[in-house]
Amino acid sequence: MDIKTRTNQTSISMRKTPMTMIQALRSAMDVMLERDPNVVVYGQDVGYFGGVFRCTEGLQAKYGKSRVFDAPISEGGIVGTAVGMGAYGLRAVVEIQFADYFYPASDQIVSEAARLRYRSAGDFTAPITIRMPCGGGIYGGQTHSQSPEALFTHVCGLRTVMPSNPYDAKGLLIASIECDDPVIFLEPKRLYNGPFDGHHDKPVVPWSRHPLGEVPEGHYTVPLESAAVFRAGSELTVITYGTMVFVSEAAVLETGIDAEIIDLRSLWPLDLDTLVNSVNKTGRCVVVHEATRTSGFGAELTALVQEHCFYHLEAPIERVAGWDTPYPHAQEWAYFPGPARVATAFKRAMEA
Amino acid sequence: MTEHEPLRLHVPEPTGRPGRHTDFSYLHVSSAGEVRRPPVDTRPVDTNDLAYVLVRVLDDDGRAVGPWVMQTDPKLLRRGLRAMMKTRIFDARMLIAQRQRKMSFYMQCLGEEAIAIAHALALEPGDMCFPTYRQQGLLLARDDVDMVEMICQLLSNERDPMKGRQLPVMYSYKRAGFFSISGNLATQFVQAVGWGMASAIKGDTRIASGWIGDGATAEADFHTALTFAHVYRAPVILNVVNNQWAISTFQAIAGGEATTFAARGVGCGIASLRVDGNDFLAVYAASQWAAGRARSNLGPTLIEWVTYRAGPHSTSDDPSKYRPADDWAHFPLGDPIARLKQHLIALGAWSEQEHEHAQKELEAQVAAAQKEAERYGTLADGHMRSAAEMFKDVYKDMPEHLRRQRRQLGV
Ligand SMILES: Cc1ncc(C[n+]2csc(CCOP(=O)(O)OP(=O)(O)O)c2C)c(N)n1
Ligand SMILES: [Mg+2]
Repeated sequence: MDIKTRTNQTSISMRKTPMTMIQALRSAMDVMLERDPNVVVYGQDVGYFGGVFRCTEGLQAKYGKSRVFDAPISEGGIVGTAVGMGAYGLRAVVEIQFADYFYPASDQIVSEAARLRYRSAGDFTAPITIRMPCGGGIYGGQTHSQSPEALFTHVCGLRTVMPSNPYDAKGLLIASIECDDPVIFLEPKRLYNGPFDGHHDKPVVPWSRHPLGEVPEGHYTVPLESAAVFRAGSELTVITYGTMVFVSEAAVLETGIDAEIIDLRSLWPLDLDTLVNSVNKTGRCVVVHEATRTSGFGAELTALVQEHCFYHLEAPIERVAGWDTPYPHAQEWAYFPGPARVATAFKRAMEA
Repeated sequence: MTEHEPLRLHVPEPTGRPGRHTDFSYLHVSSAGEVRRPPVDTRPVDTNDLAYVLVRVLDDDGRAVGPWVMQTDPKLLRRGLRAMMKTRIFDARMLIAQRQRKMSFYMQCLGEEAIAIAHALALEPGDMCFPTYRQQGLLLARDDVDMVEMICQLLSNERDPMKGRQLPVMYSYKRAGFFSISGNLATQFVQAVGWGMASAIKGDTRIASGWIGDGATAEADFHTALTFAHVYRAPVILNVVNNQWAISTFQAIAGGEATTFAARGVGCGIASLRVDGNDFLAVYAASQWAAGRARSNLGPTLIEWVTYRAGPHSTSDDPSKYRPADDWAHFPLGDPIARLKQHLIALGAWSEQEHEHAQKELEAQVAAAQKEAERYGTLADGHMRSAAEMFKDVYKDMPEHLRRQRRQLGV
């Protein structure tokens, strides 16, 4: 079935429960371990303990140690064995403890997983899912805060996904596990427990009080390559994903500008139609991400909008991003592109 | 049809879990004095047996016994004891400060104090350590590192020498032979080898000391370090601190089951020792032995220090979820501070009264340092380096795009 038109009949009738993003991700792995005996889950601290963010808590007890287990501290080893298991016919769902620690696995991801189908003309594939928490806002300093999505979107053969809420997290993770391509599944850790909007001095609303924290208990998918219109609007289009979806929403509320917020969900390959239609309608576009600006994924998005919407644009495309520095520790909130920075870009786009 | 039995995946498990005691017989503890001391110029292959036993000097009564006993001035031992006590007090106070949200995070080295401190005392000025986040003892053993400055780093305040950029405990002290700590595990281990190679290239006399945890030895950088150290006979000490745990993961998952981390060294052609890391005298003697090899162009030595991570991995961790709560009390190698204290008292070079007095004096010292450091701010009160600092040191000279971004931020 075509990935974009794959429908999702099950979700409609299914019972929903309030879940945090952590519970939703766990539920996705639980559903897939139950349904598909070829699914295995492993990574550092994911077995007995259930992961440092507790995403796999209870899964080893339920499915046994040969399906859910602890791995040595070797990201290269974790991804390399996942590729090997894929060659056998398993679907490995592996966790990299923080996105900041995927670098030792770069060779296995970029040279192996991403190109195995191509170089073997489909003889072998790597149907693996590599989960990793990303993003800052937890005083994690430069090695617990990075958003390396552009390093993956640049690699042909990888799919890169980033959910912004529990409903999408579960549906996208199931779709990723079922997908026959290697998927990089980035989890904005600042959203694990609630829709953080960038106001770090205010308490975060828990997911239990947000409609997107209502998650079906069983199997459903959110198709890959499909963006969501997170908020409909007419004056400008915000193209964003992950944590910055809620930060952008805060900026909309604070400026009163009627912006349409597109949550990409799948970064690459992406749902071009949804963004092009929106920008063609509003004529203004602001691209927002937390990652560093230069050669960030926003550069690609800006180029796409320019290519596809040039004659509809009434203002230059604005970009809001992290500064081009490593993620600092103490000055974290001066680094983070919060609602004020997004709002400034909105105003510039409106005044141009 | 095949007649073979179905294959099974082996996933190692610790014997102890919450509510179930650990059977520590897996450690294969030798008795004190039992293990031979080879000559410094031994061939790496001739250390094979030493990779599977445990070098120990202090016996259960606190006596120093066997071939690894060195003539050590009691003054040096007292200095070591005080440094260990200071480190433990420092850790305890910083833990409380973290709970009070004066800092974002902290990592203790509780139970492992002897390793970094005795090792530091065995090195010479000019040598360079490439530590992990659990070797604060390397700094606290020295007189030329100001505790106030260390605490300013932890508090991320106006006087933080890392300018607010780094997580607490990620110190850097070039002048004290302490390489900048990376958050990414194992990277420093091979860098230590490179530093040692540089000293050899320049015909210098300085040696390097690389550090890694049991868990992180699984990273490729560990194995690469061994290859380079062996190939170039680099003047480096390769320290593996086996504290049995890597966050929630038992050392068997790092490859310690049915072998040792020291055995990795011998396999790569590197002289290797497995040493009781809670025995100050054994740590000092083995470090001296390894430093002697490195300094005499005899090449690298790998030392596995057997110890126990008595505290949580960090302030973000809760070990009661994955190991018995009283595990440390049953760990057969005991508490390094209690053991050296017992030895010094047996020698007549220390007493309970002196110990108590030292404890009070060191507590006051650490408290005073903390008080002074807090005058320059804490993470909680927001007295920190300006956000402008964020844009500096990305490059030697700030390029135009960063100047533009700094202006945009208005700092
Ligand atoms: C490349 C990389 N992967 C994962 C981590 C996350 N992490 C931080 S500390 C740690 C455990 C390290 O255990 P060990 O090496 O035994 O050292 P110990 O903490 O026991 O001193 C892990 C998995 C990291 N910092 N870097
Ligand atoms: Mg360890």
